[in-house]
Amino acid sequence: MHWFILKRLLVFPILIFVFSIIAFVLIQAPPGDYLTSYIAELAQGGTTIGQEEIDALRRQFGLDRPLYVQYGIWVSNLLQGDLGYSFEWRRSNAELIGERLMLTLALTTLSLLFTWAVAIPIGIVSATRQYSVVDYVFTVLNYIGLATPNFLLALVLMWLAFDNLGISVTGLFSPEFQNAPWSWARFGDMMSKIWLPMIVLGTAGTAQIARVVRANLLDELGKPYTEMARAKGLPEWRLVLKYPTRVAIAPVVSTLGWYFPQLLSGGLVVAVVMSLPTIGPLLLRALIGQDMYLAGTIILIYSVLTLIGTLVSDILLALLDPRIRMDGA
Amino acid sequence: MAVPETAAPARAERTDNVYVAPAWKMTWWRFRKHKLAVFSLWIVGLIALISLVPHFFATTDPHATSARRAYIPVQPVRFVHEGRPALPFVYGVVGERNQRTLRMEWVVDEELRRPLRLFARGHEYRLLGLIPSDLHLIGFANLAEGEPTPALLGTDRLGRDQWSRLMIGTQISMSIGLVAVALSTLLGILLGGISGYFGGLTDNVIQRVIELLQALPPIPVWLALSAALPRTWPVTLVYFAITVILALLGWTRLAREVRGRFLSLREEDFVTAARLVGASRARIIFSHMVPSFASHIIAAVTLAIPLMILNETFLSFLGLGMRPPAISWGVMLQEAQNLQSVVNAPWLLLPGVFVIITVLALNILGDGLRDAADPYSN
Repeated sequence: MHWFILKRLLVFPILIFVFSIIAFVLIQAPPGDYLTSYIAELAQGGTTIGQEEIDALRRQFGLDRPLYVQYGIWVSNLLQGDLGYSFEWRRSNAELIGERLMLTLALTTLSLLFTWAVAIPIGIVSATRQYSVVDYVFTVLNYIGLATPNFLLALVLMWLAFDNLGISVTGLFSPEFQNAPWSWARFGDMMSKIWLPMIVLGTAGTAQIARVVRANLLDELGKPYTEMARAKGLPEWRLVLKYPTRVAIAPVVSTLGWYFPQLLSGGLVVAVVMSLPTIGPLLLRALIGQDMYLAGTIILIYSVLTLIGTLVSDILLALLDPRIRMDGA
Repeated sequence: MAVPETAAPARAERTDNVYVAPAWKMTWWRFRKHKLAVFSLWIVGLIALISLVPHFFATTDPHATSARRAYIPVQPVRFVHEGRPALPFVYGVVGERNQRTLRMEWVVDEELRRPLRLFARGHEYRLLGLIPSDLHLIGFANLAEGEPTPALLGTDRLGRDQWSRLMIGTQISMSIGLVAVALSTLLGILLGGISGYFGGLTDNVIQRVIELLQALPPIPVWLALSAALPRTWPVTLVYFAITVILALLGWTRLAREVRGRFLSLREEDFVTAARLVGASRARIIFSHMVPSFASHIIAAVTLAIPLMILNETFLSFLGLGMRPPAISWGVMLQEAQNLQSVVNAPWLLLPGVFVIITVLALNILGDGLRDAADPYSN
């Protein structure tokens, strides 16, 4: 067991190293650099900028050096905990990403909890009442849930909320709390707004997870120990919740590995539509403006979070299922 | 005496059929029992037909803009006029500028009846890009000289006809999904096949690459790649770049599936038998192994198409996929990017309904195929 975890941990730095190269290549892929898009933007506003000034800026940003040097500087700074500097915002990346990262993680975690809270009961009900009306209704809803892009759901819910309640639910904070320091009032304000993005993001995976729970529980319900408990006269609902459900929802924990990253990157589009102060819109802007160190750092953060998710779920799965442990060792 | 004699051979024939029927035939028999999947097959067929000849289904030129016809609401087809049933028709609309908000407001004018006509003449186009034609599935009669055709599904910010744009958009959205999946299928089968057949070091390297690609967060990577496409590229080039980008991360799942099949089939008796009679490697792969997992591949591919369609939609929605003047469902949804435009013109969300129907039909079809793919399980 320890050996298994150790092995996974040893691969971890190698993967992060590979990902840092991929992230760097990705942000270098567009033709030109930040200055070309900056100059284009200035030109659109009617301002022109002299060649000397451009050269000076290029030197100041270190864009005149060869690529591998730029990569080296970026990575060695990252290793020292320095996330770099955003050309566009003229601020340090750590400052820009910090709060947004926290909000992103908070929102993603809440959505995950929401998904479980909805999907597990649905799965249990569908399995215990297999082929009933309820089961069919949930199956249909599952299919529709899989087919709906979540930004569309966001738009429709925002529209309904506006039409019926007259409120415009965009962002996570009311204007007066936008730039305020953290306080209970600000936290309360956020909580009053976070439910809509939470529902939008959470419903995305509900369909899949409910399906997993349903299938697992159906397998468990036919087993002898369930029959045994039934024969002993345990009330049906208590029986179901007490024994087979516990076994059936265990694999759901392992969905953390693929579902958490999926939520994280799926939230990106929703965040743009609902103008949430999360990482997504920041990445989009940085990519379009070729603000390369900001974009690269964010992509790397996404990758690392994805890796951590996979690692955590592998470990959890190994704890739950000895067969996998043997396989991995 | 004659009756049992004719009945018995018939039954025997049918049972014999099951034993000698090729795998694809048995798959089809099983698939046919799944009513919803068969229905989805019809829907998918219809969508495929639309994407083949979109202009035939359009009512007017999808690129034609008209500033004076912005934000016309949906003009439903009606069957009742003044309380009496009538042949299908559409009421005309008259625009009035609201003096307070200065917005155009469209009022239905029951005096103006525009009956629907099938196979009407309309704007000219090239059928399949070759044959010039002006035939359209539906058109309208009683139009005044120079009057624009009624907008069945409303118009957008630039007064473009949504129905016609949706029909044309179907072509790009569907074909991007298909081409991207075809590319990733090719990659997946090739690399998965190599990995599963040869095993050893090759297998190890390919598997590590797949794991690496699967560990990458797909959406940020797609965004970064498509943000890298130069703004100056023409539509066709962007189209191919987007399909390649989508396929790049999409092939891994299929490769794994193919590899798994190869690994299990390699040990099967019929493969050993083929090897023993001296069949060549290519013959073993293509005429013995591939047919026995082809149905699984088809099912997996059908399930991959809707994912690609959704991905194209959101990339275009964010302005990083297809760009105007190209028309795809995602490009159309760009018009509905914020709350304000949705509140003012909810019909701008209609392309989303098309996305949902298409993806739904493809998913159900794929599930039906997957269930039918194993004809020997019964």
